[in-house]
Amino acid sequence: MKFERYGIGIAKGLTVTIRHLLRHPTVNQYPEQRLNISRRFRGNELIWNREKCTGCGTCAKTCPQGAIEIVTATDMAENKYIVDKYEIDTGYCIQCGLCVEACPYEALYFSHNFECARYRRGELVQGKEEMLETPQRKVSGYFYPDKAQKLPGQTLLVEKITEKR
Amino acid sequence: MMIVDFIATGQGHFQAIPPDWPGGFWWHWLFFTVVVIGFVLTMVMGVIYIERRGMGRMQSRLGPNRTGPFGLLQPVADAVKVLLKENIVPAAADKLVHWLAPVVAFAPALMIFAVIPFSNGALLADLNIGILYIVAISSVSTVGVFMAGWGSSNKYSLLGAMRNVAAVVSYEIPLVLAIVGVVLIAGSLSMNQIVVAQNIPFILLQPLGFLLFFAAGCAEINRSPFDLMEADSEIVAGFHTEYSGMKFAMFYLVEYAEAVAISAIICTLFLGGWKGPLLPPWLWFIIKVMLVFFAMVWTRTTLPRIRIDQLMAFAWKFLFPMAIINLFITALQVLAGWPTQLMWAMIIVNFAVTAFMVLIWSRFFFRLGWGRIEV
Repeated sequence: MKFERYGIGIAKGLTVTIRHLLRHPTVNQYPEQRLNISRRFRGNELIWNREKCTGCGTCAKTCPQGAIEIVTATDMAENKYIVDKYEIDTGYCIQCGLCVEACPYEALYFSHNFECARYRRGELVQGKEEMLETPQRKVSGYFYPDKAQKLPGQTLLVEKITEKR
Repeated sequence: MMIVDFIATGQGHFQAIPPDWPGGFWWHWLFFTVVVIGFVLTMVMGVIYIERRGMGRMQSRLGPNRTGPFGLLQPVADAVKVLLKENIVPAAADKLVHWLAPVVAFAPALMIFAVIPFSNGALLADLNIGILYIVAISSVSTVGVFMAGWGSSNKYSLLGAMRNVAAVVSYEIPLVLAIVGVVLIAGSLSMNQIVVAQNIPFILLQPLGFLLFFAAGCAEINRSPFDLMEADSEIVAGFHTEYSGMKFAMFYLVEYAEAVAISAIICTLFLGGWKGPLLPPWLWFIIKVMLVFFAMVWTRTTLPRIRIDQLMAFAWKFLFPMAIINLFITALQVLAGWPTQLMWAMIIVNFAVTAFMVLIWSRFFFRLGWGRIEV
């Protein structure tokens, strides 16, 4: 004899909801509390290394969106290219990671930063100076396992979430 | 008679004070009117907070916690937001009816509290037909809802309003029959007398009546799982689809004022009203109302919304016969003098009857969707 239909089902449901009431909620308070994102996060920004870049333009060629624009000049004395302009329109970026994988000199990385919202479309275009690595804009471990090792491990939602007031 | 005298003799003529009102009727009237309005508005804010936070936690969320300490000011923020919004009246609407509907819906919800005792004898009007008055007045809210549905000239609004009318017509019967059991034991229709008669809470003597009243009450005020009149997944927002701004706020207020009213009635009829040890009576009353409301939130989060045909079937095939049988059994017990002499036997028998009836009725007579899994 099944009792599910005689009110036991309702009682079971009620115990489920009351158990949820008494346990920790599985959310976090975003601006105050932040979870660590994946170490191999493909962020919406790129980080460019000025020293390693040779200005070969491989990244611009592989980009399926054509979001990367690179202009170089020839430095005859040093026998190398000077990168005059390096610009990426992050509004067009699809985070495919092809440019990072294609770079032969390990000069391009994904950013570990995920708060890239802007008020104007024009602000999404990032130039040379904005793309450098800073303490705020860390390098993501995507495609570079040695970089990933240095980043903090990803936190899961259910761990240690308390209400912040 | 007094009011007739008052109107006949004109404003400012306070001769018609009956001798049995201590301190004069009008002081009493003024004081309790202010108390009732203040009570309803503060309780509505309290229950909105309980509902949103409690429901949030039951769904593994936090609920609103940004406005004020612990999010306590969320109802205030909501009210300010909704009052500052534009008031839109549809071009094809019946303007007068559309304007009047929120008021017509709100007034009865407030009037219910006139006969609810906050302490021994502390109520606006100790009517000797208190519970009958509540039954009569609470149904008037439906007129306001129907006016809203009709006045909006929107098919979804009208559908929602029609559903509400159908639900109220059906659920009024088990509701009243569940009340009658309590009235039989208490021997009075006055709310204050019913509380005074409760040496032990009537939920122990009338467990089946309590369940019936709770279910029927939830359906009467259209709380989930019976919130078909504003079923957002079916009919946009039901009767208040076309309302915005202040008038929407009124409907929102009505919804929660009615929930507080039903909680207060349940607490007065079944849980011993203001009675309780140590704490002052009004505090006991508020605690009990909050507890009953919490039970409503609890069932709301747990149970899914039922279909309109299931709503009707639940009233007529399950609640109605159960209420009749409960009334019959209670009448026999009262005739035999059990409530005064054999109280413990009555408690045991009634709990056994409740379990037996629910089991038997759901096994052989009524099952929601007749046990089919897909419904």
